[in-house]
Amino acid sequence: MNPFNLFFQFADSFAFIVLSAVGLAVIFGMMGVINLGHGEFIMIGAYGTTLVANAGAPLVAAMIVGVIVTAVFGFLVERTIVSGAAINWVAERTLGRSVIEPLYDRLLDSMVATWAIGLILTQGVRIVFGNSIPQLNTPLGSIQYGGFSYSVYRLVLSLVAVCVLVGLYAVFTHTKFGVRARATIQDPETARSLGVNTDEMYTTTFVIGSALAGLTGALYAPSLTVVPSMGTSFLVEAFVAVVVGGPSVLFGTTLSGGLLGAINALFTNLYGTFFGQIAMLLTAILVIRLLSNGLTGLVETVRDRKVGE
Amino acid sequence: MLTCESLTVAYDTTPILRNVDLTVEDGEIVGIMGKNGAGKTTLMKALIGLLDLREGTITYEGTDVTGVASNERARLGIGYIPQGRDVFPDLTVEQNLLIGESINADDDDPSYDLVYEYFPILKERASQTAGTLSGGQQQMLAIGRALVGNPDLLLLDEPSEGIQPSIVDRISEDMRTINRELGTTILFVEQNLGVIRGMANRCYAMKRGEIVDELTGSMLDNENQIANYLAV
Repeated sequence: MNPFNLFFQFADSFAFIVLSAVGLAVIFGMMGVINLGHGEFIMIGAYGTTLVANAGAPLVAAMIVGVIVTAVFGFLVERTIVSGAAINWVAERTLGRSVIEPLYDRLLDSMVATWAIGLILTQGVRIVFGNSIPQLNTPLGSIQYGGFSYSVYRLVLSLVAVCVLVGLYAVFTHTKFGVRARATIQDPETARSLGVNTDEMYTTTFVIGSALAGLTGALYAPSLTVVPSMGTSFLVEAFVAVVVGGPSVLFGTTLSGGLLGAINALFTNLYGTFFGQIAMLLTAILVIRLLSNGLTGLVETVRDRKVGE
Repeated sequence: MLTCESLTVAYDTTPILRNVDLTVEDGEIVGIMGKNGAGKTTLMKALIGLLDLREGTITYEGTDVTGVASNERARLGIGYIPQGRDVFPDLTVEQNLLIGESINADDDDPSYDLVYEYFPILKERASQTAGTLSGGQQQMLAIGRALVGNPDLLLLDEPSEGIQPSIVDRISEDMRTINRELGTTILFVEQNLGVIRGMANRCYAMKRGEIVDELTGSMLDNENQIANYLAV
């Protein structure tokens, strides 16, 4: 077993899990909404990037467009479907009452609604752009070591994944917006009574989650095959990571990215990709069976016990 | 400063508040006393906008705020201190105070020093999560959180609930000091005799969702009369 291979495999797997999951984790953790259309949001980011780059724009500019397009799309979905504020605004002026109850903290309802959005997106993109579009080349070349080589771009992705986690942690603990958003999820009524515009917090959070999905799509556009159904593979990893991570979503995503990434890397290295996936999902099942509150639940129990002593 | 006219609040068809009229003048400390279930907390929630009115109007500083959202009322300068403290347990003390900055949008100079001066313990515990504080400390944090945005009116919901007596006295005293030194108007609801006598300049009595009496001046010295409204 070559240690470099194992390390690169781990970094790659960690990046994929973390980047797949952050957008879902932020929206789930902050709003109690499970966005089953998350994979398709990533697909939008990837399509935006690929189409703009194919039109001749530089890759980084195309990626920025991909992120913006997904964020705007997320904003529209939040206003019309998740919170229904835009539709209610019209209804209040025509029917004299609101017609949509927001999907916040309605887990099952939010799953059905966002799953439908995902299906519409996959089929919609298939109808408009067909089953395939011209793909991008992976930039930055590769490094050689021993008899192996590894894509530099994939290494960059691992670094970006770490930066995204650090950045989000900073936003949610060290900015006024982040503190207000956390107050809103802990106790929306009290936050509102103290002058926090909770609607605005929810919308902004959803847009941030969508932008993160768009970023993931943009980043993977040059290294994966961009097709209408690509969202599914992201959604599985994302879902597993969030559930394994537990209630404290950002820290949880980091921990599950670390654990699942390590297992995946080890078994992929020993027995191939297929067994890497199997080992990773078995680990997920074990964690969920044994630790009902996920990895962060375990960390909190240990910490409380220490404080108790 | 604050006027309510024939305020009526109902859950479904059961009325909780019926035709409540009350006024609070600038600089006053006004109490509303009543037993459990009299509708005290409902009244406070209606005033800050967490509950919709069935009927009636609320006027604050000459503006009709009846249909104004809760967060907008806070931004007009009303500081709400909910019952049971309701601090944000997973945020630190300092982050809890930061939330209060949104109160009183006209004033963008948050008074952290002032809050820490009244409640030095909050400065000591600034980076501790609020859930780990004692009940009394949480009550101080809830007061500090409302105070940090320099409100013109404080709405205080049963400050004595679940707190040991020695701290209850201290909190009443602090509220009087805040009123005297900062000129902050205070409206509070309570069923603790000591707090009512210790704080109120004027007091309404509430029974089954209605205001049934108003006690002013020397009437507040008559302990028996107050106890009468609080007796079970």
